[in-house]
Amino acid sequence: MKTFKRYIPLFIVIFIGVIIYIALPENGSKATQTILYSLKEMALIIPPIFILLGFLDVFIPRETIMKYMGEKSGVKGVLLSIVLGSAAAGPLYAAFPIASVFMKKGVKFSNIMLFIGAWSTTKIPMFLFEMTSLGVKFALIRLGLSIVGIFVIALVLNKVITPEEQKKIYQMNI
Amino acid sequence: MIQTFILYGLTGLVVFFGFIKDKEKTKKAFKKAWKAFENILPQFLTIIIVVGLVLSFLDTDTISQYIGTSSGWLGVLIASSIGAITLIPGFIAFPMSAILLQNGAGYMQISAFISSLMMVGVVTFPVEKKFFGIKATIIRNVLAFLFAFVVAFVMGKVFGEL
Repeated sequence: MKTFKRYIPLFIVIFIGVIIYIALPENGSKATQTILYSLKEMALIIPPIFILLGFLDVFIPRETIMKYMGEKSGVKGVLLSIVLGSAAAGPLYAAFPIASVFMKKGVKFSNIMLFIGAWSTTKIPMFLFEMTSLGVKFALIRLGLSIVGIFVIALVLNKVITPEEQKKIYQMNI
Repeated sequence: MIQTFILYGLTGLVVFFGFIKDKEKTKKAFKKAWKAFENILPQFLTIIIVVGLVLSFLDTDTISQYIGTSSGWLGVLIASSIGAITLIPGFIAFPMSAILLQNGAGYMQISAFISSLMMVGVVTFPVEKKFFGIKATIIRNVLAFLFAFVVAFVMGKVFGEL
């Protein structure tokens, strides 16, 4: 029953989709194309990401990750968070489950925010692609700004979300 | 494409060494992977369908009409809002942006669109909230949305639109 409940929004949008498909076939087939494309992307990228995070969770001891990315990890932790986020593949929402495992393993909150920020906007493969599509100047300026931006956002979040609230967020992910 | 190969290669290696090291743990890792996946599967699917449906109502002409060079800050606001609510993969968004630029969209508007597309997630809000709680999720998204205007400002200066 609980499983079924979680799928209700999905059934609703499928229902709306079917109505659109019948009423506006042109939009319907365009939407189908986009949806199939996204599903293909998801089917390709999501499985390895989840397998990796399963192994990360089971095989790598909390102490190891805490040492490199935890409260006392300093600059090393900052750099590692950004590198891990930037080397990633896949849409931003695929980063959340990984962040969740990081919380479980005691990664510092600001480092998790940097990781999320880097994943969202400084991904290396995407940068190369942006460069070829929109030009070196455009891509470089945006990369430079984004790096500053993700630091600012991570710092503000770290300040605004009190240690107690951070603790609660971590507990949500256990 | 290359990144996908690397990702699979890496995963293959991890699974291989994991299996050699500890069969029980490997089994457990797969179980965890499946559980985490199934946990957000309905949301993933819902998001993908919603985005597909919304995108089917937008085309290049409409977009450049509203986010052209002369559209100014209102155009930036429109562009960053579109970026915030849609969820287009980068390898579609970049070529699409290049086409939009050729069709009269401004650099300010396009940079705001790309920035908020990548950093702000309105449709993924329910998923993000599940992991980070409502407060952190709102703050992160609001800041990222504002940041798109900073990017637009700098791009406007650099490309002579301001």
